[in-house]
Amino acid sequence: MHRQLWLASVVALSAVTPAVSETAPAAVAYEEGAVAQSLSGQPGDPESGAKIMTTNALGNCVACHQIAAMPDVPFQGDIAPPLDGVADRYDEAHLRGIVANAKMTFDGTFMPAFYKTTGFVRPGNAYTGKAPEGELAPILTAQQIEDVVAYLLTLKE
Amino acid sequence: MMHRKFTSRLAATALGIALSGAAFAEPVEDTLTIETDDGEITLVTQAPAPAHLEGALKTIYSGWHFREDDTRGMQKDDFDNPGMVFVDRGMDSWNAAQGANGESCAGCHQGPESMAGLRAVMPRVDAKTGSLMIMEDYINGCVTERMGLEAWGVTSNKMKDMLALISMQSRGEVVNVAVDGPAAPFYEKGKEIYYTRYGQLEMSCANCHEDNYGNFIRADHLSQGQVSGFPVYRLKDAGLVSAQQRFVGCVRDTRAETFKAGSDEFKALELYVASRGNGLSVEGVGVRH
Ligand code: HEC
Ligand code: HEC
Repeated sequence: MHRQLWLASVVALSAVTPAVSETAPAAVAYEEGAVAQSLSGQPGDPESGAKIMTTNALGNCVACHQIAAMPDVPFQGDIAPPLDGVADRYDEAHLRGIVANAKMTFDGTFMPAFYKTTGFVRPGNAYTGKAPEGELAPILTAQQIEDVVAYLLTLKE
Repeated sequence: MMHRKFTSRLAATALGIALSGAAFAEPVEDTLTIETDDGEITLVTQAPAPAHLEGALKTIYSGWHFREDDTRGMQKDDFDNPGMVFVDRGMDSWNAAQGANGESCAGCHQGPESMAGLRAVMPRVDAKTGSLMIMEDYINGCVTERMGLEAWGVTSNKMKDMLALISMQSRGEVVNVAVDGPAAPFYEKGKEIYYTRYGQLEMSCANCHEDNYGNFIRADHLSQGQVSGFPVYRLKDAGLVSAQQRFVGCVRDTRAETFKAGSDEFKALELYVASRGNGLSVEGVGVRH
């Protein structure tokens, strides 16, 4: 009992208190849409990034974007520009800014902001349709954003 | 059927990305001629957009045009349309002496054909009360006031069976929902909801169904989100889905706290969305996947 409680509080703590070098969603500094520093303070893992980008409940980037380098991923959407060669078009800081909050780069864009927790109309508790319990978490964590950015950086033509 | 779609999309991906946009972007060219017990009937599934949509859409399309060949085919023959089972159930309910004192719908309204034309003008503002009514409200009005029963759940099977039966009585009639006069404030409210970007994904109805119809969002071929086919039989759910239910699903998918089915918000939204289909035929019970 004791131990369980203790474990639970560690989990709860790690969910709300970011690691020391992590930048909270509200504290991210955008410069013309770009974000210079790693949000987690750590480098990203491109392999994990690829998984996040193709998992429905996470990034689900392929819902809207096609990525020729992922021929095994079925049902890639065609709402948005293909991401092929995207690392030739943007540097790391810009890619980070676009993934964290694309609205800072493309005014009014359809692309969701993956690292933002305020300013929504009737935000819900993920896909339950219900009101959120407590504070909203960003759709992706700081490290997940970094992982996605690391994968995007591999998309060169 | 799933399999075929899967392979054709995969093939498109393999062939190159440029192709899939070009090959799939358009609503499918097809005509909805239905084999019925009383012969063939051809529905209007594509029409010039009504005047109030100027600047937003030029042509309106039924969601039927965005579905796969087999799904569209099922709606071309009442015998193949799985929704007809629910129309039959609605008919049984219509005739059943289910009121507190044995009242039935048929007892007051005779045959269901007495409802012909109603679906085409719903939702509407009731002339007597000035309230905005969706079909479910009229049905529940009779259920509670004239039959002395507890209201039927807005999205209950009993309710949807009755929606299917009543909707079928207007099949082929052209949708003509009033947007002015007493409807104007509801139209405006519905329109505001339609263009509001809800939820953590910050998406409006218009983002998907006006800006991106014809495109694919993952495996989903986006339609204009018209309600002329509702209630629809949805293969995925193996059952009927009402417009109110569909709205709940779409808003939930934006990571939003949804409005409730039958809420004032979704009633106004249904009036607005239905009016975007003014000019399309009521389909009775559509088939979607
Ligand atoms: C709901 C649709 C949607 C989703 C989901 C989405 N995007 Fe986007 N994205 C867009 C749109 C639309 C644009 C084009 C920007 C504009 O003009 O609005 C875009 C632009 C971009 C760009 C710039 C591309 C270029 O060549 O200019 C990058 C990079 C990008 N997205 C990455 C991602 C990543 C990574 C994810 C997932 C973590 C993602 N997107 C999820 C819609 C989406
Ligand atoms: C994230 C994208 C998205 C948003 C936002 C969205 N929808 Fe949808 N909607 C879909 C998809 C996907 C389908 C299934 C394919 C289709 O028919 O377009 C669908 C289907 C529908 C249908 C069924 C059409 C038919 O013929 O079966 C209706 C009606 C509809 N949506 C209305 C709405 C309304 C009203 C809103 C806003 C309250 C909305 N949608 C917001 C994605 C969306």
